Amino acid sequence: MVDIYLKYKDELPGKIIEDVKKEAEINKLTSAEVKKVLEEVKHEYVNSLISPGESVGIITAESFGEPGTQMTLNVFHMAGVAEVQVTRGLPRLIEIFDARKEPSTPSMNVYLKSEYTKDEKTIRKVASFIKQMTLQEISSEFSLNMMKAAVEVTLNSKKLRDFGFKKADILETLKVKLKDVNVKECTKGFVLESSKEEGDLTGLYRLRQKAKEVIVRGISGITQVLPTKKDGKYVIQCAGTNLKEVFKLKEIEPKSTVSNNLFEIASILGIEAAKQAIMNECLAVLENQGLDIDIRHVMFLSELMTHTGNVKGITRGGISGEKESVLARASFETPIKHIVDASITGEVDKIRSVIENVMINQPIPMGTGLPGLVAQIKKEKVGKKK
Amino acid sequence: MAEEFNITKHSLVPEHSRLTEEERNSVLEEYNIKLNQLPVILQSDPAIESLKPEIGDVIKIIRDSPTNIKQEFFRVVVHG
Repeated sequence: MVDIYLKYKDELPGKIIEDVKKEAEINKLTSAEVKKVLEEVKHEYVNSLISPGESVGIITAESFGEPGTQMTLNVFHMAGVAEVQVTRGLPRLIEIFDARKEPSTPSMNVYLKSEYTKDEKTIRKVASFIKQMTLQEISSEFSLNMMKAAVEVTLNSKKLRDFGFKKADILETLKVKLKDVNVKECTKGFVLESSKEEGDLTGLYRLRQKAKEVIVRGISGITQVLPTKKDGKYVIQCAGTNLKEVFKLKEIEPKSTVSNNLFEIASILGIEAAKQAIMNECLAVLENQGLDIDIRHVMFLSELMTHTGNVKGITRGGISGEKESVLARASFETPIKHIVDASITGEVDKIRSVIENVMINQPIPMGTGLPGLVAQIKKEKVGKKK
Repeated sequence: MAEEFNITKHSLVPEHSRLTEEERNSVLEEYNIKLNQLPVILQSDPAIESLKPEIGDVIKIIRDSPTNIKQEFFRVVVHG
């Protein structure tokens, strides 16, 4: 029985063979029947392979374009729903394909190690350690003391207790984060004195602003956290991304923790991970919108965007601007710029691609126009026959 | 602080391995291409840091594919 499948190993993809195997077991087929099925499957498979010269790029563009017209054109903001806002629909799809440096709603899904997901209290605690907290959030007052040229910080004792802060810890972080400042502890909170000689009002105001923004806990950039349950696992959804710092935390499961910033993934996890992330993000949008686009189109696009080793968008700054032909580039965006640049540098267009040939009314190198004919004329033989 | 996370264990990162000279030539022969026609991976890519790649090396990547069980993919290392 196994031998039959082995014979088709090189002719059919492994997944198809697995599927046939599963179905055969359910229906209890005999080996002769299995062989018949495999023959039929192979026939269908070979027939549905894409033929050389087929313009797959155009097909992909159409496949995305047609259902794209039915997508949500605007991002809805839900009021009163406790949820981290994530851009979805067409705006997100455009964001992915243009490879924007920063997504409009950066977010992370942080998974936790199983020992930290036993009860809700621990999960909330871990979440509170991820969220960035500034000094302002745990203080009730920042007052300027003109006489001493100092900023007096009054801490909110209720918040200190709620979030489990210790005054000594805050003092330490303040000493590290605020340079050239003398930090002293007092009964209400802290007294900050600038050790530099700028005791004037503007200097004090600047110091107060700086002190307010000091991050006393959490990971910089993460502004919102929301613990949720997803597929039986506890996930902390975060607004804002900082993969590098999150990976350092001992409570989280770094294996499955992902961000939606493609460039961040490319720089921290490498280009292959970015390729996978493009696919996942794309499929998430499509699934959310209830659209059914063949996965091969998504695979093709993600491959195209990452084949140069960097994440490149489908824009004039990305892969569309790297075409060899001047005319092809000019036909996409900013034509004058491309033509002027090409004439200054004396570029040569070999007219080998589709667009240029359309422009000069020649057969395009696509489909049956792709192969050329080479005739080998055997002169001697022709002569002998005569 | 926990010890540094090994990013090659991340769920998004597939298996990377470096090909020997002969394996590289057989790949190029199989696809009938030159080295510069392969897709590219940067030398500084974090996923291949531990392999200590040199420019011109071919990296074999074994991915989970949605249309096949495993898919082999090749990238050539370039400067960057």
